[in-house]
Amino acid sequence: MIFSDLLFDYTLRNVALGSALLGIVSGVLGSFAVLRKQGLLGDALSHAALPGICLAFLLTGTRAILVLLLGAAITGWIGALLLIRIVRDTRIDEDAALGIVLSTFFGFGIVLLTFISKRNDANQAGLDRYLFGQAAALREENVVTMAILGAVALCVVFLFYKEFKLATFDPEFAASLGFATGRLNVLLTSLIVIAVVIGLQTVGVVLMAAMLVGPAVAARQWTDRLGVMLLLSSFFGATAGVAGAMVSVTQARLPTGPMVILSLTLIVVVSILFAPRHGLIVDRVRRWRLAGARS
Amino acid sequence: MTPGEADPLHVHDLTVAYRDKRVLEDVDLTIPAGRLVAIIGPNGAGKSTLLRAVLDLVPRVSGTVEIFRRRYREQRRLVAYVPQRNSVDWEFPTDALDVVMMGRYGTLGWLRRPGRSERDAAMRALEQVGMAAYAGRQISQLSGGQQQRVFLARALAQNAQIYLMDEPFAGVDAVTERAIVDLLSALRSEGKTVVCVHHDLDSAPYYFDWAVLLNVRIIAAGPFSEVFTPENVTRTYGGSLSSFGRLVRGMSAAVG
Repeated sequence: MIFSDLLFDYTLRNVALGSALLGIVSGVLGSFAVLRKQGLLGDALSHAALPGICLAFLLTGTRAILVLLLGAAITGWIGALLLIRIVRDTRIDEDAALGIVLSTFFGFGIVLLTFISKRNDANQAGLDRYLFGQAAALREENVVTMAILGAVALCVVFLFYKEFKLATFDPEFAASLGFATGRLNVLLTSLIVIAVVIGLQTVGVVLMAAMLVGPAVAARQWTDRLGVMLLLSSFFGATAGVAGAMVSVTQARLPTGPMVILSLTLIVVVSILFAPRHGLIVDRVRRWRLAGARS
Repeated sequence: MTPGEADPLHVHDLTVAYRDKRVLEDVDLTIPAGRLVAIIGPNGAGKSTLLRAVLDLVPRVSGTVEIFRRRYREQRRLVAYVPQRNSVDWEFPTDALDVVMMGRYGTLGWLRRPGRSERDAAMRALEQVGMAAYAGRQISQLSGGQQQRVFLARALAQNAQIYLMDEPFAGVDAVTERAIVDLLSALRSEGKTVVCVHHDLDSAPYYFDWAVLLNVRIIAAGPFSEVFTPENVTRTYGGSLSSFGRLVRGMSAAVG
C-alpha cells in the first residue's frame, strides 16, 4: 500500500525523491569531507547559507526557490572560502575557525529572518522553513532542479575521482606531482555547497551537517575501499531519505527533515555496533576471546 | 660552486621563512649525480623544509632550485618524493597497491585513470621493497615499517632520477631498515641520486656517501670522509646533543 503511494501520491513521491537525491549527493561528498577531517565543514556551509536566502529575498522581493537557493549558494560559498583562508593565513585552528564562521553567518541570518518577519509583508511568510526544511512543500520542478544540480556534482566527482582521492589521502604528495591542490580543495568545497543547497528544502540549514557526516561514517564501518565507501554512503543516505519521507508523510504529520535525520541515526548506530570488521560488538567479542585465551 | 653539466640538484641562495622566523638562510647546495646524500642537523634545522622548498611545497623568500639545470617546475617528473610516514592518515580506506599506484598519477596527468600498465608498475615497485605479498592489504593493517616500504614503492613507481626522502629510517624495524639500505644501493648503481633527511648520526656514515650538515645555514657539504668531522658536527649541533662527546668520538672512528 505504502509502495503504491510512493509511485502515485504526488506529495509523497516528491518528498521521497527529493530526500533520496539529497542522500545520494550528500553521501558521496560527505565521504570526502569526513575523510579530510572536515566533517563540520558542511555545518559551517549550511549555516552560512541562511543569510543568503534572506538577502536574496530582500533584494529581489521574490520567493522563487531558484533565486533563494542561488543566494544560499553564494553566502555558503563565501563562508567556505573564508574558512579556508582563515585556516591558511592565520594561526587559528580549523575547529575554532568553523565556530567563528558558523555562528557569525547564522547569527546574521537569524537577524535578517527576524527583520523580514516583522515587516508585515504579505509575501514574507515561510522563509523560516529553511531552518529545518519543509519537504512536504517540494514540487515536481524543485525535484527536477535538485536532480540536475546533483547530477552535475556527481559527474564532477566521477571525473576528478583520482585527483580527489590523492589530494584527500596525501595532499603534499599530490602537490609534488603538480596537481593544484588549492584548486581541488575549492572545487570539492563548491560541490559540498551544491549538496547543501539541495538539502535546504528537505532538511534545512540546521540539520544539513548530519546528512553529510552520517552516511559517510556508517559506510566507513562496512568497507576498507574508497569506491565502495562512496557507493554505500550514497545508498545509506538515499535509504534514510526515503524512510524518513515515508514515515513523515504517512504517519501523523511528523516533520520530514528530522525524520530523515533520525532514520540516518539508526543506520549509523547499527553500523557502528554491528559492522563485521570495525563494529564495536565484534571488537568486544574479539577482546573477550583474547582475554579468555590468555587465562 | 657552479652547476656542472649533469648536476641533478642545484639550490642557489635559498631562504625560507615561516612568519617572521627564518628556517633556511642563504642555502647554496650542489649535489652531484649518483650519490646517496644524508641531510644531517638538529631539530628545527630546516632539514624537511629544505626538501619541501625544493619541491615547491613551501613559499620561498628568495632563491632558485634547478633540476639538471632547468627549473623544477619543468622537471617535476624527474623528482620523486617520500614524505614522512606520519604525514598521512593510514586509516584511509585503501590498500597498499592503490597507494603505490598514486606514484604514477603525475605521469598520467589530470583526468586520465590508472589502468593495467600503472598496476603492473606498482606491483613491480612493491616487489622491489619486498612487499608484493601485501599488495591487497588495507594500509592500516600494515606495520610502521611496511607502511614506510609502501611509501618507498610509491616513489619507485614515479621512476624518477632524484629521490627526496624525509626520514625513511625513522622508527622502522630491522627488516625494513635492511630493505631500505638495499634499495638505496640499487638506486645508486642505476646512477640515480638520493637525498635523505637522516636523524641518526651513528648510522649515517654507513648508509650514505655524501653529507649535508645543516642548521638553518649549510655548515658543510661533501663526501662523508671530508665533511663529517668533529668540528663540523659541533658547529651543526652547537652542543645541543646530550651524548655529544661519545657521538663525536664514535663518529671519528666510523669515518676513520
